[in-house]
Amino acid sequence: MTIPNGWQVDIGLEIHAQLKTNSKIFSGSSTRFGAAPNSQASFVDMGLPGVLPVANKAVFEKAIQFGLGIGAEINRVSRFDRKNYFYPDLPKGYQITQMDEPIVVAGKVLIELNGKEKFIRITRAHLEEDAGKSIHDAVDHATAIDLNRAGTPLLEIVSEPDMKSAEEAVAYARKIHQLVTYLDVCDGNMAEGSMRFDANVSVRRESAVELGTRSEIKNLNSFRFLEQAIEYEITRQIETLESGASLSQDTRLFDSEKRETRQMRSKETSTDYRYFPEPDLLPVVLSEAFIQSVADTMPELPDDRSTRYEASLGLSPADARLLTSDLNLALFFDSVACEVTDPKIAANWIKGDLLGKLNEEGQSIATCPITPDQLIDLIKLLEAGTISGKIAKDVFLAMWNGMNISVREYVEREGLKQVSDAGALEPLIKKIIDANPKQAEDLKGGKTKLMGFFVGQVMKETSGQANPQQVNSIISSLLSL
Amino acid sequence: MKLENASIRDLSHALTSGALSATELTLHFLSRIDAMSDLNAFISVEHDQALKCAADADRRILAGDKTPLLGIPIAEKDIFCTTGGLTTAGSKMLANYRSPFDSTVSDKLKQAGAIRLGKCNLDEFAMGSSNENSYFGPAKNPWDQTRVPGGSSGGSAVAVAAGLCTAATGTDTGGSIRQPAAFCGLTGIKPTYGRISRWGMIAFASSLDQAGPMTRSAADAAVLLQVMSGNDPKDSTSLVETVPNYSELIEQPIKDLSIGVVPGLLDGVSSEIVDAYNTCQEELKALGATFQEVELPHHTHSVGAYYVIAPAECSANLSRYDGARFGHRCDNPRDLQDLYLRSREEGFGEEVKRRILVGTFALSAGYYDAYYNKAQRVRRLIQSDFLSAFDDVDAILLPTTPSTAFPLGEKTSDPVSMYLQDIFTISANLAGLPAISFPAGHSNGLPIGLQLIGPHLDEGTLLKCVHQYQKVSDWHRRTPSEHS
Repeated sequence: MTIPNGWQVDIGLEIHAQLKTNSKIFSGSSTRFGAAPNSQASFVDMGLPGVLPVANKAVFEKAIQFGLGIGAEINRVSRFDRKNYFYPDLPKGYQITQMDEPIVVAGKVLIELNGKEKFIRITRAHLEEDAGKSIHDAVDHATAIDLNRAGTPLLEIVSEPDMKSAEEAVAYARKIHQLVTYLDVCDGNMAEGSMRFDANVSVRRESAVELGTRSEIKNLNSFRFLEQAIEYEITRQIETLESGASLSQDTRLFDSEKRETRQMRSKETSTDYRYFPEPDLLPVVLSEAFIQSVADTMPELPDDRSTRYEASLGLSPADARLLTSDLNLALFFDSVACEVTDPKIAANWIKGDLLGKLNEEGQSIATCPITPDQLIDLIKLLEAGTISGKIAKDVFLAMWNGMNISVREYVEREGLKQVSDAGALEPLIKKIIDANPKQAEDLKGGKTKLMGFFVGQVMKETSGQANPQQVNSIISSLLSL
Repeated sequence: MKLENASIRDLSHALTSGALSATELTLHFLSRIDAMSDLNAFISVEHDQALKCAADADRRILAGDKTPLLGIPIAEKDIFCTTGGLTTAGSKMLANYRSPFDSTVSDKLKQAGAIRLGKCNLDEFAMGSSNENSYFGPAKNPWDQTRVPGGSSGGSAVAVAAGLCTAATGTDTGGSIRQPAAFCGLTGIKPTYGRISRWGMIAFASSLDQAGPMTRSAADAAVLLQVMSGNDPKDSTSLVETVPNYSELIEQPIKDLSIGVVPGLLDGVSSEIVDAYNTCQEELKALGATFQEVELPHHTHSVGAYYVIAPAECSANLSRYDGARFGHRCDNPRDLQDLYLRSREEGFGEEVKRRILVGTFALSAGYYDAYYNKAQRVRRLIQSDFLSAFDDVDAILLPTTPSTAFPLGEKTSDPVSMYLQDIFTISANLAGLPAISFPAGHSNGLPIGLQLIGPHLDEGTLLKCVHQYQKVSDWHRRTPSEHS
């Protein structure tokens, strides 16, 4: 959408990323998704009398990785606080979070939109526990509580209001998604709730210095809903202000069916969370050695990798960005590129055939049925001239559909080798020339486009196995071109 | 040997020598508990479980096991989660609550072979100084049943003082071990914060709560403290330092031990307690200790700071009692709000509600800095006062309470005078320091307790000093029956 003339928009996002740890943030329970209700809720997760939280070291590693990934400061001392509110799926009546001293502060990420680059500042990222789930339709006249999710570790990533459109907000959200999945900090699975967005949206006259009155849209769980909700909200706010009415600072929910946001509560009725330091946990003190040990295990960041692909492999900026958009994809590309003569050929196969097929079948690189080794073999056979480009496409499809023998054995078994033997090709080409005298004359007369016709005929007769260059030169010599 | 007043050492000797079985000893105490049920020391008595443990202990003893606590009957404050019976915290809210796990303290005592006879009465959620805030009614002071035993570990104190068990566990957030120990003529130690795991100890104020033993003597306390202490991976605030051998430590002389006194703090203390305070100094001097005056300039602010911090923490700790998953639930809630309001209104007693309200207020937007933050600053000042004092002395001697046990009902309508009961005990909790109360006199047939506060993790010195004192005094040997 285009922002109406005379208005500007300010958007900040709070992104909840579920950290990819085996156990919960303050208990030893599993974080696996989809288990039977309450089967992964320990005494600690249930908030029974007498239980105490013990922090899971893995969450600090993940938070530090993210912090380093956005060039942020890692607080050497951070602290947990209690956020108090009553809700049935919040078993203790408070959430353990980091209010005053978060583990990560002041980072930034670079987004790119329509060829323009821009930094989005990240104010902070803090650790907290997730609540359980209230299920309102499982039992008649009652609400069921599933505490499996209670205590799941979250990293809440809070940006500055640096985004000026829904498109920028989505580009930023995608960037964070790329980064956390790249770093293996979060699995990024939005359908399972591993990543959720809260959007703070406000509008102001272009001349205004101060930010407008903001509303917060809670719990958006896809990039599409994020975009739709922000767009609706921008329109609603501008229309409200243009009608002469004023806005209240409120918390809103997005109705994805009706594509509109609705007020959940206004600031006047907002809860006083009465934050105070969590006395059951000691301050988190991170040593330089620990931070360094985490830094040592950092994968190359997507932006650095993209630059490297351009500089040392000669890929175009667009290809480099595409291939680094997902860590698994980049790793796939790396495995192939280092084994073949021309990395650009590897890039073409992956971005064209492989990604095309994955998109077509709704799959991701993580579930790709073709292995890097298979693609390496295929490209090598192609480079060596053993198979033709056309045959290579067929072999690729066979690989996709499942191949239980090696690519070489397959090509051998199916008799797909390219025919480069002049002795075998010459009689066949002679026959084709004899059968098409008119075309042969025209080609001799300078209609060079007809070369393609003859090559095509030969390929047809040989089921694509003839080496096209070889065919070319035989035709030329037979017709004395 | 009168079994009900015997020391752990003597009982252990009788058990291992075969002169006495754990089962006989357990039956002896169980019958005393039944006979003296009007003291209301116990919320639940676990006859069957106790006898089963006794039989196990007898087998271990027969097999040559000489673990010091093996076969010794004890009682636990009903704020420690235990399996096999109820864990009520003295509240209607948890009147029928059964914990699915044991507290670390209960588990360690069980492993050491102690036999738990039952769970002791207490002020609801450990909030109180007289045991009158118990949903199950007050425990009575065995020295004078018209008087309170102190609180919140009142039932534990009564059980030991009346000879219903050999030792008991207590918890101390602002004096809840030491004040009832003083009122009932016992030795009670609140260790350094973090010395004993809080896992399974139902929380009142997490940064102040600490478990400890309540016994007839420092020697008995040393045996229990040994078992109860130590790092626990389930409690992040539990300390990693190794636990010294307390029973060995206490046998050392206290010659040249330097003890601080704080004369300025004694205003308003009853004269017989001041007398006992002065007499005790002379007796300790005779043992070789030296005395010097120290200053604790912010000590007078400790009650104020405490009654902001403790309620603030309790307001969050008690949020989980909402009627949704366990504990008291009101009948026919109309909606969620009604469920919360009525379950909590009905399930909590007056004092608990008062503290939740005070704590909620102190943490509210706009008041946080004026109350909670300021109280935390006072807390740090009190901590640094103690640090400076311990540059000069090894321990500080104070009264435990401003008076001896007061009559039941005397302070129930005046919360502030009740809160002032803890004027000498609270500072050790705020500073996280170990402190011990021990019997050092009598007034009108009621015991007087004095208190020693020590530096971080120096429980050994406190126990040693009291043990050496108890070798030359007999206040700790007096029992209510002799005076009634």
